[in-house]
Amino acid sequence: MFKILNERRQQVFEKGKDDYEIECEKASTAGSVSQRACVFCGSRVVLYPVADALHLVHGPIGCAAYTWDIRGSMSSGSELYRNSFSTDIHENEVIYGGERKLYAALNELIERYHPKAAFVYCTCIIGLIGDDVDAVCRRVAGEKNIEIIPVHSEGFKGVKKDGYKAACEALFKLIGRDGKTPLTADLPDNKAINILGEFNLAGETSIIKDYYRRIGIDIKTCFTGDSSVADIGKAHHAQLNVVQCSGSMTYLAKMMKEKFGIPFIRVSYFGIEDMSKALYDVAEFFHDSGIMKRTEDLVRSEVTKLLPKLAPYRRGLEGKKAAIYVGGTFKAFSLVKALRHLGIETVVVGSQSGNEDDYKYLKEITGEGTIICDDSNPLELSRFVLEKKADLLIGGVKERPIAYKMGIGFCDHNHERKTALAGFEGMLNFAKEVYATVLSPVWKFSPARVFWRMDNEQ
Amino acid sequence: MNNEHFSEPAFVSARNACKLCSPLGACFAMHGIEGCISLIHGSQGCATYIRRYGISHFREPIDIASSNFVEATAIFGGRNNLFRALDNVTQQYQPQVIGIASTCLSETIGDDVSMYLREYLSDAKNGCRPIIFYASTPSYRGTHIDGFHEAIYAAVCCMVQKNNNVTKTNRINLISNFVSVEDIRALHSILQSYQVPYTLLPDYSETFDGGTWEEYQKIPEGGTPVSGIAAMSEAAGTLYLGKALNPERNAAYYMSEHFHIPAEYVDLPIGIGNTDRFFDVLNGMTGSPMPDIWTKQRSRLIDAYFDGHKYCAGKRAILYGDEDFVVAMASFLDEIGVIPVIAATGAAGESFSRRIKESQKNIQQHLHTETKIMSDTDFATIMESAAELEADFALGSSKGFYLTRQLGIPLVRCGFPIHDRIGGHRILHLGYNGTLNLFERICNALMEAKQNAAPSGWTYI
Repeated sequence: MFKILNERRQQVFEKGKDDYEIECEKASTAGSVSQRACVFCGSRVVLYPVADALHLVHGPIGCAAYTWDIRGSMSSGSELYRNSFSTDIHENEVIYGGERKLYAALNELIERYHPKAAFVYCTCIIGLIGDDVDAVCRRVAGEKNIEIIPVHSEGFKGVKKDGYKAACEALFKLIGRDGKTPLTADLPDNKAINILGEFNLAGETSIIKDYYRRIGIDIKTCFTGDSSVADIGKAHHAQLNVVQCSGSMTYLAKMMKEKFGIPFIRVSYFGIEDMSKALYDVAEFFHDSGIMKRTEDLVRSEVTKLLPKLAPYRRGLEGKKAAIYVGGTFKAFSLVKALRHLGIETVVVGSQSGNEDDYKYLKEITGEGTIICDDSNPLELSRFVLEKKADLLIGGVKERPIAYKMGIGFCDHNHERKTALAGFEGMLNFAKEVYATVLSPVWKFSPARVFWRMDNEQ
Repeated sequence: MNNEHFSEPAFVSARNACKLCSPLGACFAMHGIEGCISLIHGSQGCATYIRRYGISHFREPIDIASSNFVEATAIFGGRNNLFRALDNVTQQYQPQVIGIASTCLSETIGDDVSMYLREYLSDAKNGCRPIIFYASTPSYRGTHIDGFHEAIYAAVCCMVQKNNNVTKTNRINLISNFVSVEDIRALHSILQSYQVPYTLLPDYSETFDGGTWEEYQKIPEGGTPVSGIAAMSEAAGTLYLGKALNPERNAAYYMSEHFHIPAEYVDLPIGIGNTDRFFDVLNGMTGSPMPDIWTKQRSRLIDAYFDGHKYCAGKRAILYGDEDFVVAMASFLDEIGVIPVIAATGAAGESFSRRIKESQKNIQQHLHTETKIMSDTDFATIMESAAELEADFALGSSKGFYLTRQLGIPLVRCGFPIHDRIGGHRILHLGYNGTLNLFERICNALMEAKQNAAPSGWTYI
């Protein structure tokens, strides 16, 4: 029988059985086959949707190749971001330095594609070989007259969260570049927000923006779903930052609060309660009876439309069990609630990068016997899923075969997804996705489930 | 043939790369050894990205461990992390074999993995341990294909039986290339038909394409047995699929140098000519004629060529992928009268252009047309070159999708990776049957495009 590694014991917790604080926010255990990526990945996924920017990965080819087209983020404008550009560092540059190649690459790409700004991602070896990336960026920026922002995302310099931070710092440098004084909340007619941590997967940003517009809120900028460099430049004109996917973007919200005095709130757009709350919280912030009235109308109308549509799915799914393993815990919170709406109980929930408070909250909202885990791996996850007899695993592509191999349903809730799962219509899509997998007739051939049936019959 | 224009890439940057990094190839080869798990000595991201890339293609779990560098590791060296990773992987996975692949990071800081391994293995407490071998695969050198061959080389050097009185037998060593799981199964069938003992390395036909599981398999069943690798030194010959290799640092050369085993390098058996040559070599090594079953398959393939030749005659293809794959495909296209207007690979190599030209007899003699031969290239450059070439279809991995979408032509998916379809890992390319499969896919894609474009269509032809 497989045993959890000693170094990881306290990162796994069973509610009702264990009594300790879950260890978290530590580097992955060597040899544990973590599902995490690296600092570079954190930066790359956050900045990727900035559509009219040049994204140049400075390093050997792998980092750029593996992140080509990796996200399902859509753009209503430029498609430049869909390309994967790399300086494709070879042995020669490792020995003599990569600055000249970076300089040449930036020049040729800017001339060919006319980006509105450029991000230069530093990968593992760039710091080691001593390239002065900042200097090269400054030089080309001067020559070409565009913003070129180095992103210090060397893979080994922390975990994915540190990459988010590097991305936030990069974005922050672009804010306020329109040269206009920020507007403030004192101006009564201006009801504008920024959305942070929403990446327009399968067009989700458009759904969310539409809700806010319908209640009378203007969206200045979305970080970074369907965004442009110009959008980001004017983000300081908003009166409120609305942060979803808090793991990636709270840092930017804090910096913007400090520099521009823009307050922020945390929201989630997944599930009925959280989506409604995300609208009400913004409405409340503006103390405007018109906005509040329109919010109530919108939520009532959407929920009234949605609930009857959800009912048949819920009837089929009632009593099923789910396991959740996602990047950030905020999504996990919403999923636990959204699943409950579908009559599904969460029996395993974990994330790559939760913090102490996150796990405390997960303990509160989950039932007895639920396994909560931090920075888990395939051996653990597969054991938990089987032990708790989950009918469904929610995760990303890396988790998918863990479920399918043993004949368990799976829902992709990661950044590759091609189905919009945010907002009220997203909740319906989510129900359809979960229903399609959990109630598929193919599972009658699942060997693992044959055993479960035998267990149940005894 | 005018390819001089493309001998120097126009851009110094890679724009939508047509290659991957070498640890990927190394890990995949390692997973073709029975009871083997791979361990990447570097950042966590390398292992995770490679797993994700592989999972999307094979749709199977691919567990790759990492020694998980942090900042201090990069400063003080990766020894302790590597040891901890080896301990933990051994405890969790109980592997027979651990294959270590290095990365740009560990190589740049100068980690001497071989030295660390000697130290690790000499520690008494590591007595009951798996076999551990190490492939040097910095991603700034070569491509995933180089990593693939390097891992095979490292595995053979480590595991082949080395004592001097090895008795020679009629065993055949077949070293495969980065081919599909169905291709490996086809190679097994071919080797089995000769009724001689053989070692087929690597063999991920089961590990990357197994059945359902009752519980999670730490290391999936299948793979080239360790005993099979050990026995390679007793073989009558080594047949290596592929020629894009370091001539003095590959497994077949190693065995010819150390055990005097004749080494034969052949193009991938795609197309009748290549497959014939592959069988000729096998016949020579085994001393047996080609078994009947293949003669029948060959005849059936030719019959299909006759039935379908007009649907593809003179059609123009954009062909891209790994060097050995593209060279073999070009030879096959030449047999059926398809013109590769572009033959492209992401790897830099001088042999590519020569090999493509050598593979093209019909085109040069009869069609008087040119192939743009592009090595060290990428998808953006291929697109820019393709604009005026009036291609009818493209042949290669999913990563050519945007190219074909922009050109409004069909993409016949083959090679690696196929990320946007299911079953992409099961496409058969090799042997007479593999060729038949590719031929039918090509003809049907062209027939479908014509049928869909016709004003009223038709239901038979």
